[in-house]
Amino acid sequence: METTPLLKVTNLKQHFKMSNKFTVKAVDGVSFEIHEGETYGLVGESGSGKSTIGRSIIRLYQPTSGTVTFQGVNISGPLKAKEQVLLRTKMQMIFQDPMACLNPRKKVIDIIAQGLDIHKLYKTKQERKEKVDRILNKVGLSREHANRYPHQFSGGQRQRIGIARALIMEPKLIIADEAISALDVSIQAQVVNLMKDIQEETNTAFLFIAHDLSMVKYISDRIGVLHLGNLVETGTTQEIFDHPVHPYTKSLLSAIPHANPIKEKKRVPISYDYATSGVDYTKGIQQKISDSHSVLATDEEIRAWTGGAI
Amino acid sequence: MSETVLSIQHLSISFKTSNGMVNAIRGLDLDLYKGKTLAIVGESGSGKSVTVKAIMRILSGNQKINSGSIIFNYDRDGEKVSEDLLKLSKKEMRSRINGRRIAMVFQDPMTSLNPTMTIGKQIMESMIIHQLKKKRTEAYQRALELLRLVGITDPEKRMKNYPHQLSGGMRQRVVIAIMLACDPEVLICDEPTTALDVTIQAKILELIKEIQAKTHISVIYITHDLGVVAKVADYVAVMYAGKIVERGTVNEIFYDPKHPYTWGLLSSMPDIDSENEKLYTIPGSPPNLLHKIEGDAFAPRNVHALKIDFKQEPPMFKVTDTHYAATWLLHENAPKVEMSETLRRRIDKVVKEAGSPWKQLRS
Repeated sequence: METTPLLKVTNLKQHFKMSNKFTVKAVDGVSFEIHEGETYGLVGESGSGKSTIGRSIIRLYQPTSGTVTFQGVNISGPLKAKEQVLLRTKMQMIFQDPMACLNPRKKVIDIIAQGLDIHKLYKTKQERKEKVDRILNKVGLSREHANRYPHQFSGGQRQRIGIARALIMEPKLIIADEAISALDVSIQAQVVNLMKDIQEETNTAFLFIAHDLSMVKYISDRIGVLHLGNLVETGTTQEIFDHPVHPYTKSLLSAIPHANPIKEKKRVPISYDYATSGVDYTKGIQQKISDSHSVLATDEEIRAWTGGAI
Repeated sequence: MSETVLSIQHLSISFKTSNGMVNAIRGLDLDLYKGKTLAIVGESGSGKSVTVKAIMRILSGNQKINSGSIIFNYDRDGEKVSEDLLKLSKKEMRSRINGRRIAMVFQDPMTSLNPTMTIGKQIMESMIIHQLKKKRTEAYQRALELLRLVGITDPEKRMKNYPHQLSGGMRQRVVIAIMLACDPEVLICDEPTTALDVTIQAKILELIKEIQAKTHISVIYITHDLGVVAKVADYVAVMYAGKIVERGTVNEIFYDPKHPYTWGLLSSMPDIDSENEKLYTIPGSPPNLLHKIEGDAFAPRNVHALKIDFKQEPPMFKVTDTHYAATWLLHENAPKVEMSETLRRRIDKVVKEAGSPWKQLRS
């Protein structure tokens, strides 16, 4: 790649010790990169570790091993004050449940301006208000909304407040953890369109974590497929959707229901069961299919899956 | 046409709130046929869940049924019975209908299971309460059978498990097993797969279809995912602001939609095969049902709205014997309005993929 990536995750591991005997390996050696202004989609079933990755990157968890560099700064080790400020301002997160992530006792203006308050990013009260108004306008809410409380908004509007809170810090990277899963189809479309517009305007990168592949396809430039804490396949959106290689990716794609009743009623999704498939993720290495497309597999597996094409 | 199991007529329900009465359901007519699946689609707040809760008579205290009837036809010991569910007492509902004849699967499988009881006990509970199985051993055998039916391996071991020991998909299977324990005539699924991911969702949908093929149970399916509707439904009812705005067979709704709201819903769905264009959104937001609605509830959001839409509510216009839509656009004097170019192209493509059966049906 010609430029240094905005975010580089190398061999990230996140283990949770449940007891002396038992450790959950939620993320087990994942590497990927996100470039400026692009959207990277992370998909996988529940329990595959996609949310854990997001949380480890933004340091809600302490990574077990591996490195994460953000704008060339290592943010996976112990953080110095300067690194802490960089991480907390230039990387922001949007959460899944728009009700649970907003403080019900605070007015919208205070929720959105909280980041500014903490990092003292304004000189006068007037400036603070102006900044909030501008952001509200950007996410499609009006300035009158600033003095209301979260319960006075609908789900879609609340998610917009969550987005506004992330945007006001002018972040370089936004981690959207299932940000649209709790919303209705028509509201989902509104929020996704909004995220795309914002990206065009501010050149913010997104790490978009979701299990709804149709939305991921729509918003992402590149996609990583996670299963059981391993990145089994990664590539551009087109590569993943048009030429999936890994059987898990194939089963995931075939599970999406299509809005075509006659075809849909006949179609049987491909099933994939790790326990009986004979695939061992610990033995596989990242095999390159093309410059941007790689699959976790052993040499024999890759030959079998691609039909010996590579 | 097969026989009607459930027939809802002119149902109207209001909620008492501190701001006044909210008319959540404003005159709803719906039929469910034996052995078929009816999908109800619509945005949140359109009244899908309230409708099925009215069928189960599990509305909360501030909800009031103003008028209407829900006729339920079933076989009781070989004799045909037809009853209005709204006329039964709560006690009768609980002892004879709920769980026994009509069962419901809820969205979140964790909150619908009792965390302090084993799976086995929860499955056997309803059989014993409704006195279908006199002996515990009989109930136990039936429970094992049910667990196998819903695709849970090693059922003897699972019977002793507690809900928290199972994954989300497993839990939803257990819930379905509980619902099927009494051989109900009707199964109501209120967004059963929304909390699950796609691969598990595909398995649960297959499971419900398999069970339906084996037991000829009638299913009401509530969802806002149109892909799921395409997969499971025989009939579709599109709800908006407490009313059915369009209903028909699943093919009619997907290949030949007539109501502008249905157009909007179909357009706003991301298309897996499409190029990266902007997603369509229906402008505006659903109406506040606190206020009385003049004319068509969808009119303010409808780009094709006619003058009459703001004055008078459209009746159900007949398109075919099974297909009805409530929009003035179908009136003989209405100007000719077509769906958007993008949606037209998308539907044409889908029809082409589906092949000849639909075309024969249309001609």
